[in-house]
Amino acid sequence: GGVSRLKMGKLRAKHPHISAEVCRTSVGLSDEQREFQKVAFDFAANEMAPHMAHWDQNEIFPVETMRKAAQLGFGGTCVHPDVGGSGLSRLDASVVFEALSTGCASTTAYMSIHNMCAWMIDTFGNNEQRGKYCPDLCSMEKFASYCLTEPGSGSDAASLLTSAKLQGDLYVLNGSKAFISGGGDTDVYVVMCRTGGKGPKGISCLVVEKGTPGLSFGKKEKKVGWNSQPTRAVIFEDCKVPVANRLGIEGQGFNIAMKGLNGGRINIASCSVGAAQACIQLTRDHMHVRKQFGEPLSNSQFLQFKLAEMATRLVASRLMVRQAALALQEDRPDAVPLCSMAKLFATDECFTICNQALQMHGGYGYLKDYAVQQFVRDIRVHQILEGKSIWQKMRPLQNQKFL
Amino acid sequence: MTARVLVGVKRVIDYAVKIRVKPDNTGVVTDGVKHSMNPFCEIAVEEAVRLKEKKLVQEVVAVSCGPQQVQETIRTALAMGADRGIHVEVSGKDYDSLGPLQVSKILAALAKKEEASLIILGKQAIDDDCNQTGQMTAALLDWPQGTFASELVIEGDKVKVVREIDGGLETIKLNMPVVVTADLRLNTPRYATLPNIMKAKKKKIANMKPGDLGVDMTSRVEVLRVDEPPQRQAGVKVESVEDLVSKLKEAGRI
Repeated sequence: GGVSRLKMGKLRAKHPHISAEVCRTSVGLSDEQREFQKVAFDFAANEMAPHMAHWDQNEIFPVETMRKAAQLGFGGTCVHPDVGGSGLSRLDASVVFEALSTGCASTTAYMSIHNMCAWMIDTFGNNEQRGKYCPDLCSMEKFASYCLTEPGSGSDAASLLTSAKLQGDLYVLNGSKAFISGGGDTDVYVVMCRTGGKGPKGISCLVVEKGTPGLSFGKKEKKVGWNSQPTRAVIFEDCKVPVANRLGIEGQGFNIAMKGLNGGRINIASCSVGAAQACIQLTRDHMHVRKQFGEPLSNSQFLQFKLAEMATRLVASRLMVRQAALALQEDRPDAVPLCSMAKLFATDECFTICNQALQMHGGYGYLKDYAVQQFVRDIRVHQILEGKSIWQKMRPLQNQKFL
Repeated sequence: MTARVLVGVKRVIDYAVKIRVKPDNTGVVTDGVKHSMNPFCEIAVEEAVRLKEKKLVQEVVAVSCGPQQVQETIRTALAMGADRGIHVEVSGKDYDSLGPLQVSKILAALAKKEEASLIILGKQAIDDDCNQTGQMTAALLDWPQGTFASELVIEGDKVKVVREIDGGLETIKLNMPVVVTADLRLNTPRYATLPNIMKAKKKKIANMKPGDLGVDMTSRVEVLRVDEPPQRQAGVKVESVEDLVSKLKEAGRI
């Protein structure tokens, strides 16, 4: 079959250069998308990759670098140009985040979350809200956080407890959010909270600004990866937020949150794909250089097979993610399950790739001098967050006799 | 204000790629290999765009010679701020033997056709390292040249160029029209922004052939063979200066 021919081809090559054609990142892209990708790759290589270890080891939130990226249009990729966004399609954005991730997966993942928040305000906000928040978010003059998860509700997001009681023209918020990316360092918080009864229909979406009395933060969490973005609990104690800060109508909040996550999942998955791409290249280079038993590792049939498997997983992941992106931007009926599937598949497969890459670096793979371990640590969490169980998406389809 | 700047941009194998020689030693492998704009050409484009932003020039025209793929390179120049592009189609054997002489003839013809008063090129391409095109273009046009520029200032109808030379820096003043070739420290090229990439789609790229410009593409140079650099040999440690001198004499070095 095709796969074994691929492996035989690699056996004959003295120095396999598997990534050259098969993993080419620009296959199937338009000329314009290739240009976007090129800028993102150049930015990642010049502005991010040289610093990713430093940001990780010193837990630095690279505000200046992200603002530079925003100047190029990466702050509001899918936001409308009339409020400062770049008006890209979902596929364009996926290509961009995949490329940026090769420079630093953690920072790019935060940027994708920021982009998701900007998109939510742009899409569901009224013109006052869009005009007030989007320009600063697109330029990254201000940074955003997405606040859904609570200590008691992760996967079961609709059971969230943070309450927002109406008092005149203010909502009074009480409760806390957990694991909030950027929490404490960001300026704009998109908060899902309960304005009505139980379940998803009682949830609304409010924009809360840093500095609002009653808004405070927990301690900065110590994480295995994603160290270039701070993670904190976000705490509301009689925090008063104007009704004018509500996105959409009461009861629409859960829907807004889930719509945001569709794009968010594609972008997180794209970050995983970029990390895997980088790890495959690092591994290939290492295999040319490292000699054992008198030969470079690249002559080892076993390792060639391993690399071929990694390449296969990478191409499959990329196809899933880009397919989902296309479905979402075309508003196809299968878009939502495809986004979930792509996120599930790509984050798992790409972690396997990065983990395998670490293994193939031998002892060096375990040293922080080598980037591969950081990619492994950074994308491990992609398998956890933004991860609605795929079965929740499949259930509606089962009802439609899809399965 | 100077009307028009012509900027030459060359599509070359990306600087980060590990070059491999073809098994038949006729050249290097280019199929499936990442290509980008020559870094010195990026610096040239950046300088031209800055002149336009300072309103010292009216229009920046990006030119490239080669097959269909060079349009990507022209688009990158447009995304950086060039106003329009010219693609001079050269392919097949003509492209394989394309060198500074033919390119400078094309640029000279275009400069006359477009009534350009300033040509900015990269000082050399990173694939052939020729460092000839700018000089030849100036000679064909009988224009003054400011090569290895690390600074370029337009002063009325004159151009002040600071050149990086072996002994240090040389400052010269040239009467327009001129040819300038960009050196590394002339500027730091900008990244294209996403909005500019999208705007670039609407900018025009004109197509033409060398014949349309009356240029003869025959090459006077024939590549006989391409080889990898010789493998680095191990050195020899010596105990004393006398040892060193006698070893050097043995090897016929002194």
